[in-house]
Amino acid sequence: METERDPVVTLEAWARAIRKTILQMTAEAGHGHPGGSLSAVEILTVLYFHILCIDPVNPNWPDRDRFILSKGHGASAWYATLGLRGFFPAEMFHGFRRLGGALQGHPDRCKVPGVDMSSGSLGQGLSVALGMALAARFQQRSYRVYCLLGDGEIQEGQVWEAAMAAGNYGVDNLIAILDYNRVQLDGFVHDIMPIEPLADKWHAFGWEVIDCSDGHSIPHLLRAFEKAFEVNGRPSIIVAHTVKGKGVSFMENEAAWHGVADASRLTEAIVEVSRP
Amino acid sequence: MKPPEKQAMRDACAQALIDALVVHPNLVVLDADVSKSTRSALFAKAYPERFLNLGIAEQNVIGVAAGLAAAGMLPVVNTFSMLLSLRALDQIRQSVAYPRLNVKIMAHYGGLSAGPEGPTHHAVEDLGIIRSIPGLTLLVPGDACETRSAVAAALAFEGPVYVRLCRNPVPAVFDEPPSFRIGRGKELLPGNDLTIVAVGVMVARALEAANALRGKGVSARVLDMPSLKPIDRELLVKAARETGALVTAEEHNIIGGLGSAVAEVLVESAPMPMIRVGLQDCFAESGEYFALMDKYGLGVADIVHAAQKVLARKLDGRGLAG
Repeated sequence: METERDPVVTLEAWARAIRKTILQMTAEAGHGHPGGSLSAVEILTVLYFHILCIDPVNPNWPDRDRFILSKGHGASAWYATLGLRGFFPAEMFHGFRRLGGALQGHPDRCKVPGVDMSSGSLGQGLSVALGMALAARFQQRSYRVYCLLGDGEIQEGQVWEAAMAAGNYGVDNLIAILDYNRVQLDGFVHDIMPIEPLADKWHAFGWEVIDCSDGHSIPHLLRAFEKAFEVNGRPSIIVAHTVKGKGVSFMENEAAWHGVADASRLTEAIVEVSRP
Repeated sequence: MKPPEKQAMRDACAQALIDALVVHPNLVVLDADVSKSTRSALFAKAYPERFLNLGIAEQNVIGVAAGLAAAGMLPVVNTFSMLLSLRALDQIRQSVAYPRLNVKIMAHYGGLSAGPEGPTHHAVEDLGIIRSIPGLTLLVPGDACETRSAVAAALAFEGPVYVRLCRNPVPAVFDEPPSFRIGRGKELLPGNDLTIVAVGVMVARALEAANALRGKGVSARVLDMPSLKPIDRELLVKAARETGALVTAEEHNIIGGLGSAVAEVLVESAPMPMIRVGLQDCFAESGEYFALMDKYGLGVADIVHAAQKVLARKLDGRGLAG
């Protein structure tokens, strides 16, 4: 007798596949941003394989949920997720960061099915997400807008302009997720420019703050989103505690692996995440 | 002849937006706490449910507009050109132009029209900056009537458009909203000795200069170039070949704006003696608008002088070397 698989087990399998694809794309290109891509894998898995109301065959469906990768350097994670979810064929992975390929170093909405917004210059995505959330209100549509922010990214002032406005408009169809991996390009966030106390800051701007103590745990993330859906009259932010470079022992918590520190070790990384 | 009536472009812009909601039911007008100055407050009064005032946050207002456009709305952002082209430049490039979103940007207080506010509020680099961004259309109407036409054309166009407007009531060039095609300029006055190409409030001054030149026996052709990007290459090359000398007149630094755009076209197609009238790479100062323009080399006399100089160069055969 065949039993239905536990959705958590299924999602964990997708996360493994995404992680491996990220590293394969990065190894093939020889460059990229593995650290901040690997920290976002479970967040993207849960969104694209469970939460988002989307149709890969009809990526521009007007009532779809929207997702914006404000931390655009995490592009390889988004591409891996979109490709595995069926938005485009796997052959496109080979064009990542390469001349003539569609998968640009940072996301381009004009080139990749499923990419709702281009990003790259940090700090801009939350404003765009707010615009989309307000558009749903104007058009009386019921979709939600999700925006993934980097922790270092919220050092950008525009994030707080958007946070203030979203709080003012009380857009409960806007859910931000903070990929709190604690590391930015130059080192630890708390050494470069501390962002704490985070919850107090977002509360003060009129947001519901949902702490997700393990942003790599599928059940934890699912519970966090469930909480966000219960919020009325204000936007939510899920603070997901993650590990930069998650899944590759020599990349974890290493600022050097924000980019590719040593291309010769990428094959080793693929082997490591491929172990059952 | 009675002096041409003066009307402000910002009032014409607001009226064009109010009229546009019938044609564009997805229209949303945004401002960043200067709606009384940009006159978007008039739209807000007519259609409060279609107006968003995002406060003093120009970067965010562009981003929100980008999101609205990505979700199928037709957002029109109003604030000062200096703030848009400088403070929100990254957002205009990354969140609007690169993703090719259908955002319309009404850039008010262009050139020196913030007058007494001083150089902090003057926008004399905006045309050069915006023109250099791929995929952005840049319109610079010459008076209130042409503003009506330019705003309507911008709204009907699919893609990002930056419309640079002047604060003050300015002399009328047109009696009624003229036909307007993005990418096309207009010959306002025929002439054979030289061509004066102008944008914005300098169009009226170019016409005045041409009249003054006629009194001196010089026949100056006047071109209005409200579509600064894409620019009307055909009209420019034709005028250059037929008249053999050009003056450009713009309320902008001589670097990067109309003069540069015209020079770029001519140097590759029909090089002719040419002089650029504009701010001579300097900041201006506080002062009453039209007096400020006269002091900083944007007067009718400055255009006349440039015309005579370029004409002499053409006639004495020194040509390009002059």
